[in-house]
Amino acid sequence: MQTNQILALFCGTLLVLGLIAFFLGRAKAARVRASGIAMYAQPDQYAWFSVLSTAGPAIAVGAVGAFVMLLAGAEIPTLYLLAASLVVGCAGLVMGIALVRPDFHARQAIERVIRFFLAGAALISIFTTFGILISIVGEAIRFFQMQSFWDFITGTTWNPGASFLEAAGRAEEGGSAAQFGSVPLFAGTFMITLVAMLVAIPVGLLSAIYMAEFAPQRVRTLAKPVLEVLAGIPTVVYGFFAAITVAPIIVDVAGFFGLDASFNNALAPGIVMGIMIIPFISSLSDDVINSVPDSMRQGSLALGMTKGETIRDVVVPAALPGIISASLLAMSRALGETMIVVMAAGMRPNLTANPLEDMTTVTVRIVAALTGDQEFASAETLSAFALGLVLFVVTLSLNLVSVIMIRRFREKYRINNL
Amino acid sequence: MMNIQVAERSVSPMTGHQSKGEPAVGAPVTRNEEAHHELAIRVRDLNLWYGQAQALKSINLDVYQKNVTALIGPSGCGKSTFLRCLNRMNDLIPGVRIDGLVEMDGRDVNEAKMDEVALRRRVGMVFQKPNPFPKSIYENVAYAPRMHDLVSRKTDVDELVERALRDAGLWEEVKDKLHQPGTSLSGGQQQRLCIARAIAVQPDVILMDEPTSALDPISTATIEDLMDKLKQQFTIITVTHNMQQAARVADYTAFFHLGEVVEYNDTQAMFSNPHTKKAEDYITGRYG
Amino acid sequence: MSQPFDEISAQLRRRHRKSARLKWISMGALGLAGLFLVLFFADMLVKGLPAFQQARIQVEVDYSERASQLPLAAVQENVRPLVSRGYLRLIPGRMDDNPELLGTTRMEWVLADGQVDQYLKGHHSKLRDSEQAVVDRLAAQGRAELRFNTTFFTRGDSKMPELAGIAAAAMGTVLTLLVTLAVSFPIGVMTAVYLEEFAPDNRVTQLIEININNLAAIPSILFGLLGLAIFINFFGVPRSTPVVGGLTLALMTLPVIIISTRTALRSVPDSIRHAAFGVGCSRWQVVRDHVLPLAMPGIMTGSIIGLAQAMGETAPLIIVGMVAFIPDVGGSFTEAATVLPAQIFTWAGEPDRAFIEKTSGGILVLLAVLITLNATAVVMRKKFERRW
Repeated sequence: MQTNQILALFCGTLLVLGLIAFFLGRAKAARVRASGIAMYAQPDQYAWFSVLSTAGPAIAVGAVGAFVMLLAGAEIPTLYLLAASLVVGCAGLVMGIALVRPDFHARQAIERVIRFFLAGAALISIFTTFGILISIVGEAIRFFQMQSFWDFITGTTWNPGASFLEAAGRAEEGGSAAQFGSVPLFAGTFMITLVAMLVAIPVGLLSAIYMAEFAPQRVRTLAKPVLEVLAGIPTVVYGFFAAITVAPIIVDVAGFFGLDASFNNALAPGIVMGIMIIPFISSLSDDVINSVPDSMRQGSLALGMTKGETIRDVVVPAALPGIISASLLAMSRALGETMIVVMAAGMRPNLTANPLEDMTTVTVRIVAALTGDQEFASAETLSAFALGLVLFVVTLSLNLVSVIMIRRFREKYRINNL
Repeated sequence: MMNIQVAERSVSPMTGHQSKGEPAVGAPVTRNEEAHHELAIRVRDLNLWYGQAQALKSINLDVYQKNVTALIGPSGCGKSTFLRCLNRMNDLIPGVRIDGLVEMDGRDVNEAKMDEVALRRRVGMVFQKPNPFPKSIYENVAYAPRMHDLVSRKTDVDELVERALRDAGLWEEVKDKLHQPGTSLSGGQQQRLCIARAIAVQPDVILMDEPTSALDPISTATIEDLMDKLKQQFTIITVTHNMQQAARVADYTAFFHLGEVVEYNDTQAMFSNPHTKKAEDYITGRYG
Repeated sequence: MSQPFDEISAQLRRRHRKSARLKWISMGALGLAGLFLVLFFADMLVKGLPAFQQARIQVEVDYSERASQLPLAAVQENVRPLVSRGYLRLIPGRMDDNPELLGTTRMEWVLADGQVDQYLKGHHSKLRDSEQAVVDRLAAQGRAELRFNTTFFTRGDSKMPELAGIAAAAMGTVLTLLVTLAVSFPIGVMTAVYLEEFAPDNRVTQLIEININNLAAIPSILFGLLGLAIFINFFGVPRSTPVVGGLTLALMTLPVIIISTRTALRSVPDSIRHAAFGVGCSRWQVVRDHVLPLAMPGIMTGSIIGLAQAMGETAPLIIVGMVAFIPDVGGSFTEAATVLPAQIFTWAGEPDRAFIEKTSGGILVLLAVLITLNATAVVMRKKFERRW
């Protein structure tokens, strides 16, 4: 039988069993109650408890069986599994009905089960993180079994071109061996992130200062949604804009000054990425500046400081942990941003300090490694996971530092809305 | 019997707006005519609205130099609002409208030409809750004088910081930790730091908005002693909800009720022999 | 002893100027952000609006025996390069369906080639001079014109720009987001309810919280790596399908939904809970009957925003293979599909200039949908916002 059919059969039988459990449980509870004995819970609650005691074990057995098959590769005939889980379901049904007694706390039992389910849902987010970690680390280790970790970290040549020959056992034929020196990729990532931050931090922070300190209410209510629109534009759109509109403008401008710029220059994705991040920095900084207590501003103004001095010397320093935290989060975003660089930055690993040249980034190489027609076990494909691991570690550290800073800020001013 | 006259005159409603050149008709006559009882601030027919709601109604008040003037009254009576009119802190609140005269040094502080920053430079303020800047103790005090170009050389700044902290009675406690953050001090110390910060710019008037309401009794006593000392140099106007405090520290006391000055008098006279029923009820604790 | 006001004011002049400068600079920064937004939209509109129009030409179609074998023969030689190849290819099929067509010759408005389209829109085209002359003549006779481009909304991807449309990608987006919503909404709300209403404040709870905040900030491409390694390679979910894309996006959307649901739950005042406890409700009953209904608008708003985010996401979907070439509008969760942003990405990589227009057109559609979604969320928040 097909998996689909087995699943349908399982669900159907379980539904019937559940209905039986519901009505039997309720009928029994109603009977007990009608005979004048006080019960701990409502008949409906007993009914629901019966359903849970029927379906819960059955689903659990089915799920565990399926998982064992998948994980251990053990061959359990699916029909046996189906039968086993349904038998367990029937047993649960009998037990559930038997438990419909006046002295049984059905409501508390249901609460416990619900609580258990909710906690299980909460654990999924933990599993996600572990999933990311395991998937990346596992494949990265396979990569580092093939390539030296040291070369990966310190090498300055990224040339995976010949790696598929190695995977095919024909390493000798390819001429030069594949090289996985990641330094040029990190240099490119760093350069583009730097350009992005140079655009985003001043513009974002000053916009936040304007909105929080100077703007009349009307401008505020208008500007906030406008910035939100900026934040809601998909990255693929920004990427297209960077490649089609901004890059040619930069080439023209550079040409005007007698400079030679590549159409895949690092400046275009950097600037556009910066624009993408502006709303991120401005809205976080706006929140932080707004939560600097007004008594600070008044204290400064009452000393005869101008508004500008108050902002520069009192408000911004007070908000600084929050602003730094916002900038770190923004930086982690820029480092991990993919579409803009895939579409607008170069493919060529290039170790240079000139942002007018084409450079490539970590994320570009990850995408390039995983979208070709490569065999999954080849070094080039696996290199994507090694790069992903570095990206994960760096962004995770930035995020944690940022969380700690914002927590400090919050404790200092006892604010809870950040 | 001068005091009675004072009270009667000051509470009698003003019949017309006064231009600033004329003598103050409603001015209380001081209990003696000594030189240090010169006028610091003259308030005539001051009205203030928050949107539609009128918070101050035709206030007339004369504040004398180098004295402590206390503003008392039940909460919501407008005493803090009035205090904030004196250095135009109400400008910061949207929808506030003011008319009437607040005269200082021969100038109306609300006139268009008046630079509110310059005004605040001469009328300092200490707030209800201590609000030291997120800077070191030293910088908290040195910041404003340096910005105002009162001092520039390092030794001068050091000297000024020390003097201000000494005047605020804080020097002995903080002289070894001047470069720790101001927020590391206790509440009472923070408030004295804020006072040091205010006097460091050498203002003429210091406004205190319930400066001890957030403090413990011992810190409160310290600050009260401090006010007594500081009135040698500065004109102090303090808002308090604590009548005993007003009786202890103030030379003059004004009783506010529902946005009006009900009674304004020499403190002793006010507490021993109030002239209005409302003030008497408040002072004897029948409401408030 | 003290300085008069005028003297102080004079000293202040420089400082006031500095203060004013800060105001103008910061205003300029905000203006710059706004200016960029205007430029961006203007650029996209200029580039993308022509995509909603499509050139059609009126030609004589000869449904001869020969045309059923060799579709090119259906039109006269001089207009042959001007008619869409894709259209010509359909002729034999139409003749099979309608046998009465055989042997007739009709004047018909037919889809023009992409180059004609570009030429009529005044863009650069690869038409030869002689071909341009023919188009000019047809246009002068009223036999060539730009009409609303229905193809763009009804067809899937194509290598011929005049036949390329977003329908397949739109369908893929809908299917993918259905999976995303079905997975992330219940799990997200359950997590938030657990953390906000049930969980004890202990280490594990704090760990979950930190972890959720962290997930929200992890680069999206890493979710793609997870999808590839866990869903595809480990669980064997078929590649390029809405199921795997939806699951991957669901994990990304989860933190957004959790965080906004928690905010919504937190804004329900404790007095409501106490009142419900007071009449003997159990914790779950309190949550189900009192807290959740009150928090629902906030939860919906957050979910819509999360969904809009997922809708614009591309990087993780590229990794799980959702950039496939999908010419037909599908309808299955387990067949290869593509989504709107991925379609935009694919088109952006096409060398043919006509695809720039298609890309921008696709972007306009995507933006319109996203802005509508976000506006809905904002309106909902405004409408149901309750101050306690």
